[in-house]
Amino acid sequence: MPNRYAYYPGCSLEKNARAYHISTLYVAEKLGVALEEVPDWNCCGATEYFAIAALPAYALVARNLALAQGMDWNGGQRHLVAPCSACFLNLSKTDHYMADSPQLAAQVNEALAAGGLHYDPGAVFVHHLLDVIVDDVGYEKVQEMVTKPLFGLRVAPYYGCLVTRPDYKHIHNEPEHPFCLDDLLAALGATVIDYPVKTACCGGHMTQISEDTALELIRRLLKAAADYRADAIVALCPMCQLNLDGYQAQVNKHFGTDYHIPILYFTQVMGLAFGATPEEIGIGKEFVDARPVLNKIQEKPPEEGKKRRKKRRDKQALPMPELLRTHTGRK
Amino acid sequence: MQHKPQEKPRIGVYICHCGTNIAGTVDVEEVARWAGELEGVVVARDYKFMCSSLGQDLIENDIKEKKLNRIVVAACSPLMHEKTFRGACQKAGLNPYFFEMANIREHDAWATDDKTAATFKAKALVEGAVNRVKFHMPLEPIPVDINPNTLVVGGGIAGITAALELANAGYHVYLVERSPSIGGHMAQLDKTFPTLDCSACILTPKMVDVGQHENITLLAYSEVEAVEGYLGNFTITVRKKARHVNEDLCTGCGICIEKCPRKVIDTEFEAGLGYRKVIYRPFPQAVPKYPVIDTENCTFFQRGKCRACQIFCPTKAIDFDQEDELITFQVGNIIIATGYDLFDARRIPQYGYGRLANVFTSLEFERMVNAAGPTGGRIVLRDGVTEPRSVAIIHCVGSRDKNYHEYCSKICCMYSLKFAHLVRERLPDAEVYNFYIDIRAPGKGYEEFYHRVLHEGAHLIRGRVAEVTDAAREPGEEGKLIVQVEDTLIGKQRRIPVDMVILSAGIEARKDSKEVAQLFKMGCDFDGFFVERHPKLDPVATMTEGVFIAGCAQGPKDIPDTVAQGAAAAARVAGLIHQGTVLMEPVRAYIHEDLCSGCRICNNLCPYNAIVFHEDRQKSEVITALCQGCGTCVAACPSGVISGAHFTNDQIFAQIEGVLWDVRAKATAPS
Repeated sequence: MPNRYAYYPGCSLEKNARAYHISTLYVAEKLGVALEEVPDWNCCGATEYFAIAALPAYALVARNLALAQGMDWNGGQRHLVAPCSACFLNLSKTDHYMADSPQLAAQVNEALAAGGLHYDPGAVFVHHLLDVIVDDVGYEKVQEMVTKPLFGLRVAPYYGCLVTRPDYKHIHNEPEHPFCLDDLLAALGATVIDYPVKTACCGGHMTQISEDTALELIRRLLKAAADYRADAIVALCPMCQLNLDGYQAQVNKHFGTDYHIPILYFTQVMGLAFGATPEEIGIGKEFVDARPVLNKIQEKPPEEGKKRRKKRRDKQALPMPELLRTHTGRK
Repeated sequence: MQHKPQEKPRIGVYICHCGTNIAGTVDVEEVARWAGELEGVVVARDYKFMCSSLGQDLIENDIKEKKLNRIVVAACSPLMHEKTFRGACQKAGLNPYFFEMANIREHDAWATDDKTAATFKAKALVEGAVNRVKFHMPLEPIPVDINPNTLVVGGGIAGITAALELANAGYHVYLVERSPSIGGHMAQLDKTFPTLDCSACILTPKMVDVGQHENITLLAYSEVEAVEGYLGNFTITVRKKARHVNEDLCTGCGICIEKCPRKVIDTEFEAGLGYRKVIYRPFPQAVPKYPVIDTENCTFFQRGKCRACQIFCPTKAIDFDQEDELITFQVGNIIIATGYDLFDARRIPQYGYGRLANVFTSLEFERMVNAAGPTGGRIVLRDGVTEPRSVAIIHCVGSRDKNYHEYCSKICCMYSLKFAHLVRERLPDAEVYNFYIDIRAPGKGYEEFYHRVLHEGAHLIRGRVAEVTDAAREPGEEGKLIVQVEDTLIGKQRRIPVDMVILSAGIEARKDSKEVAQLFKMGCDFDGFFVERHPKLDPVATMTEGVFIAGCAQGPKDIPDTVAQGAAAAARVAGLIHQGTVLMEPVRAYIHEDLCSGCRICNNLCPYNAIVFHEDRQKSEVITALCQGCGTCVAACPSGVISGAHFTNDQIFAQIEGVLWDVRAKATAPS
């Protein structure tokens, strides 16, 4: 594991996703991940700016990369971590396309020069917080820190659409249907459902421009979680969390449904398992209150409670193939 | 040790146009003109096709009329035509090893579009060849006797065919099969496309023939462990794994299987869809008929208790103490027919195999529709009872996909259509959807079969499936598997709810194909398939003399192609056996004994154990018959007294100097 990461919280974590910020810091401290905030960072441009004006958008993002590059790295490899999926995508996209096109890199650097900055493509390795925890920290270290396993809590692992795709650095073997968050949550003792829409879109900013579209996308996510009897959806992104949480009531009103599924950040769930109080990791700030479902967490693993009765094989049924997990981490 | 050429060289240089293959990029006239001025060159010509009989005549006449004693042809790779031109030299009375070839096609003309650079490189290669050929020595090919026995590795339909062809021709065959029975993948199939023959019915008679043939030694449940030697004289070591059943005593009655109390999932023959006992025979018609104990799952081997099979065996054939046996024998040729692995569909998790119960692989479905399979031929969902009312068949799973295998697996379209037919036949009310990219039906009766399936009412939807999901959006989708696809013919996204999904998984190379290639010293391509000597003209030979390949080990193919290749490999081997003796390249190492210091460094390095050390006079000697001319000892000798015939230091250094002619010209030019 690198001994230090530049930390780029992004705008959401300052305000609506405050819970993500404080739970990230909590978990990072527990796991010994040293985070140092990028000085004077600015907005990543979110999802809209690239569609409106590409070059200024690249320059806007590249400024953050340049600031990260300029931090004191003592000659070591530079690592930048963003907890927000949109920030992560924009940062890695900018790095990727600047490396891909020397022309774009020159233009962007011309813009940066006005502020006395410069970015060399490839100088900073951009991580999402998930891959830092899964690949750099590792499941074993996470498991060691678990003091209150989440036995009995059924969680839906929700990756959203930006983390595993397009996967510029090729760290995900299954970008269409990843398993790394599943495995991480399982390491915390939770019961992880095979969430079929784990990489589907949450609607993003469609809530602002085409609400019907957004509500339908949110409904699909909530319905799949409800169909699998999930107690909570675990998200990696402030946008996903906001849409699923903040618009849940509206979905219910619009479609006549009655979903009450709390949406938690994966760092909050980790914090719970590491023994944090709900307040320490920002639980209670969400619209759909997560505190009632926390009562479902049991002392013992679900199987043990039932006195391990060996399941007899159904005589007629055909055997199921074993599941294959191929996430091997960064190559 | 710089040796002077023995006689005054009179060299003929011939620059081939190869149509426009070379002449399109290389200025051949200029190269010929330039070559004519090189020292020792008597004549230099360019010609449209040097390999034509007219081109060869040109060389022969020049040798006779102009008294040439060295020939250089600048044309294609020596793999193509070295033999041709050596033959021309020989016909004109010149030792064929006074010939040298410069490859200005693959190594030059085809590698660039830059005419100036290509012409420049052609000159360098030609001068290298001219310089080298001056130092060539007359050599005589080495005759090698061919052992008439043949090793066939792999007992699928390719290996079976090859073994039977050779055995019927009167030659002895050792057939080595890794699993407990021969039969391969073909034994697992239900029907074969497009004729819908029962696969087992046409295969098992051949298996019986193999088992009973007096010219075939069948070594099932065995693996080749070591291969030594060369064309005509291979020494093979085979590990015959312990079956824990004494084959001399076993009658194949099957009581042991019946009495065995433990069942495990059969991931091999039944493709994971059914169970087998721990002492088992893969299938009733297995050849040989003897069962085998799966020691990893056997209660006796794991816990020391049970012994049910031993107690009930009427002939006392169960032998828990049996050990692996190493068998060594000699063969002249080897045919590799190790087959393929099915692509592991779990590698595409969005298709749901392993996650969603009613997603099946093609091989599972083959076992399901087989009357001898786990469901007795009934098409049912994973619960073993419910018949599906709609079935989706997804083509190209793992094939034609840059994330997995870029190549087409060739058989999946046809077997997917066969599945569509079988579903419609067994469940006439069921809807069948085939999701395809393109239908590839190139074969006798294949296109006709495709039309037949269309007329039977299968729905063919053109588009690569995005995902198979159980996340229902609409009421009609509840409890179903939904196939999400872009129908590229109507240009729309579609969601098609079905009860059952079959993934038509592609063919991939065996997981250990790289090790197998190393064992037999064959080439292995990036995908793991064995490399043939020539993709068009020599598809069953390999770059290693005496080693042939057949079937899917070489690349994906269907049964008729596999059988044809198995027979072709056998014919090639039979031809060699019939010749009795073949002439091998005299490219061998030899040690100048008077200069050898006896340090013995070469002795241990030789991969063929071809170097002996004479204690009495403290000198090493290369046994010519065993030497393969690899050159390891030549490079390793600290005194530089080992020479590789046809690759002597004089020859190589002269060639290097020639290739670097421009450097020398610059260095000596007045500045």
